[in-house]
Amino acid sequence: MIDFINFYLIPALTLGSIYALGAVGISMIFGILRFAHFAHGDVMTIGAYGTLTAVWFIPLPPLLLLPFGIGLAIASALAVDYFFYKPLRKLPTIYTVISSFGVALIFRSLAQILWSAENQVFVRGVTAPIILFDTFRISALHAQAIVITALIAVALHLFLTRSRTGRSMRAVADDPELASVAGLDTENVIRWTWIIGASLAAIAGVFAGLDTDVHPNLGWNLLLPMFAATILGGIGKPMGAMAGGIIIGLAEEISTYNWIGEESLISPSYKTAVGFFIMVVLLIFRPQGLFKGRLM
Amino acid sequence: MELTGLFFFLVGFLIMGGIYAVLCIALNIQWGMGGLFNAGIAGFFAVGAYASAIATTAFSEKHLGGFGLPIPIGLLAAAAVAGVAGWAVAKICVRLRSDYLAMASIGIAEILRLVIVNEEWITNGSLGISGIPRPFDGWVQGRPADLIFLATVWIVVLIAYLISERLHDSPWGRTLRAIRDNEDAARAAGKDVEWLKLQTFVIGAALMGVAGGLSAHYFKFLSPSATEPLLVTFLVWVMLMAGGSGNNRGAIAGGLGIWAIWSFTEIFTNRLPPEWATRSSYIRMLLIGLILQFVLQRYRSGLIPEKSPPVRFKD
Repeated sequence: MIDFINFYLIPALTLGSIYALGAVGISMIFGILRFAHFAHGDVMTIGAYGTLTAVWFIPLPPLLLLPFGIGLAIASALAVDYFFYKPLRKLPTIYTVISSFGVALIFRSLAQILWSAENQVFVRGVTAPIILFDTFRISALHAQAIVITALIAVALHLFLTRSRTGRSMRAVADDPELASVAGLDTENVIRWTWIIGASLAAIAGVFAGLDTDVHPNLGWNLLLPMFAATILGGIGKPMGAMAGGIIIGLAEEISTYNWIGEESLISPSYKTAVGFFIMVVLLIFRPQGLFKGRLM
Repeated sequence: MELTGLFFFLVGFLIMGGIYAVLCIALNIQWGMGGLFNAGIAGFFAVGAYASAIATTAFSEKHLGGFGLPIPIGLLAAAAVAGVAGWAVAKICVRLRSDYLAMASIGIAEILRLVIVNEEWITNGSLGISGIPRPFDGWVQGRPADLIFLATVWIVVLIAYLISERLHDSPWGRTLRAIRDNEDAARAAGKDVEWLKLQTFVIGAALMGVAGGLSAHYFKFLSPSATEPLLVTFLVWVMLMAGGSGNNRGAIAGGLGIWAIWSFTEIFTNRLPPEWATRSSYIRMLLIGLILQFVLQRYRSGLIPEKSPPVRFKD
C-alpha cells in the first residue's frame, strides 16, 4: 500500500497536475474562441524552454525563474493569435483549427532551431526525496507541483467568480452573442484567455520538463491526454478541466499498477492510450463531459 | 552521368510525389468534399503500409505472416484495414462537431503508432519488416525497376483520381457538398447526414491506406520511424490547402508543388554551413508551417479552386 502511494499515487497526481494546468487553457480557448487549440502543447514547450534559458544565466532554482517562461509563452501566444488566428476569426472555426495545427509545427521547428532537438535537463543530479513519517517518500518536485497546482486552482476559481474580467470570460463562454450585446469587451476577454492559458501551460511545461527533460516534442506528446481532460471536464469549464486532468493522470498511472497478481493491469507502454480510451468512451456516452460543458 | 543522376532524382521525386498525390486525393474526399477534418492521416498511412507489407512478404518468423500474396491484393488489404480504422473513428465522431473528429483522429493515429511499436508479433517492432516486394521485381533489377514502380504509382494516382472525380460529379458528391455547406438544410431535405459522412471518412481512410501500401513497396523496408506522424499529416494538409481543396486536380497539383518545395529546398539547405545543415529539416518544417498560414489567410481557394460539376440534363 505504501509502495502504491509512493510510486503510483504521488507521480499520478503530479502527472494529473501537469494535464490539469494544460487542459485549463484548452478548455477556456475552446469555450471562448470556439476551437480546439492544437498548438497548446507546444506553448508548454516554449514555456519550458523560456525557463530553461533563464536557468542557464541566473543561478536560481527553476521554479523561481518561472516568470521568464510564462512571459515567453504569453508573448508567443498573443503574437500567434494576432498574426495567425485573428485574421481567420470570421471564418468557420475549423480553419483556425487547421491554422493552430500549423502553429504547432512552427513552434516545434523554432524550438528545434533555437534550442536544438536534443533532450536537455534543468538541473543535473538527483535530489533526495522528502521523507514523511519514515514511510512516505515524495520527491520535492512532485510535492511542489501538486501544491502549486492546488493553489492555482483556488486562485483561478476566485478570479473566475469574483473579478470582473473573470465573470466576463464566463459570460462569453456561456453565450457570446448575449455577452457582446450586453457590451462586454470581447477582445479584452480573448486577450485574458490567452494570458491565463499560456501562463498555466508554461508552468505545466516546466513541471513536465523538470520531471524528465526538455525536448521539442515535450508538449505535443501531452496534447492527447489534455484533450481528453478537457472533454472529461466539459468544454468551457476551466475547473472541470482541472478535475479532468487529475482524473486522467490518475487513470493513466493507476491502470499500470499490479492490481491483480504480479502483472500490471495494462502494459505501461500503452499508458498514453488510457486517456484516449476515456475520451472515446465519453464521446460515445457523455460528450458534454462530467460537469455539463457545452456540447458543440 | 550527371544527367542520369538528375533523371533518377526526378524519378524518385515523382514516385514520392505520386504517393502524396494519392494522400491528397484521399484528404480531398474527406475534407474538400465532405468537410471532415482528419488529423490522423499518418495513422491510416501507417496501417496501410503494414497491412500491405505483411500480406505480400514471404513467410517470416519475426512478424505476422507474411502471406506472400500478390501486390494488388496487398494494396486491397491496406485499403480494407485502414478503412476499418477509419470506420471506427467516424462511427464515434461524425455526429459531433468537427473539432471532436480532429481530436479523435489524432488519437487513433497515436494508438495505431503505439500498436505498431509495441506489438512485435505483428510488426517486428522497431526492427521492422524487410524484403517487401515491388511489382515485377523478379524481372527487372536496379534503377530501371524505379521506372516500373513510377508507372505503378501513377496508375494508382490515375485510378484514385477517376474514382474521386466520379464521386465528385455524382449525386452522392452533390449531397456531400450540400452537407458540408449547410448540414441542417441537407438534413431537412431528407439526407442521411451521418451515414454519408461515415462513408466519406471510410473511403478517404481506405485510400490513405493504399498510399501507405505503395510507400512500403517503394522502400522495400518498413519500420515505425518510416511513418513519422507529423511530416505526413502536415505535408498533406498543406498540399491540399495550397492546391485547392474540393478540386481533385488541385489536390494533385498541390501534392506535387509542395513536395517539390520540400525536396528541392533540401538541395539548398544541404549546402549551408554544417552547423546549419543539421538543422535544415527544421528550417524546412518552419517554411511549410508558414506556407500553411499564408495559404489560409490569402489564398484559401488554392491553386486550382473548387468548381461545381456541370449540370447534365437528360432529354
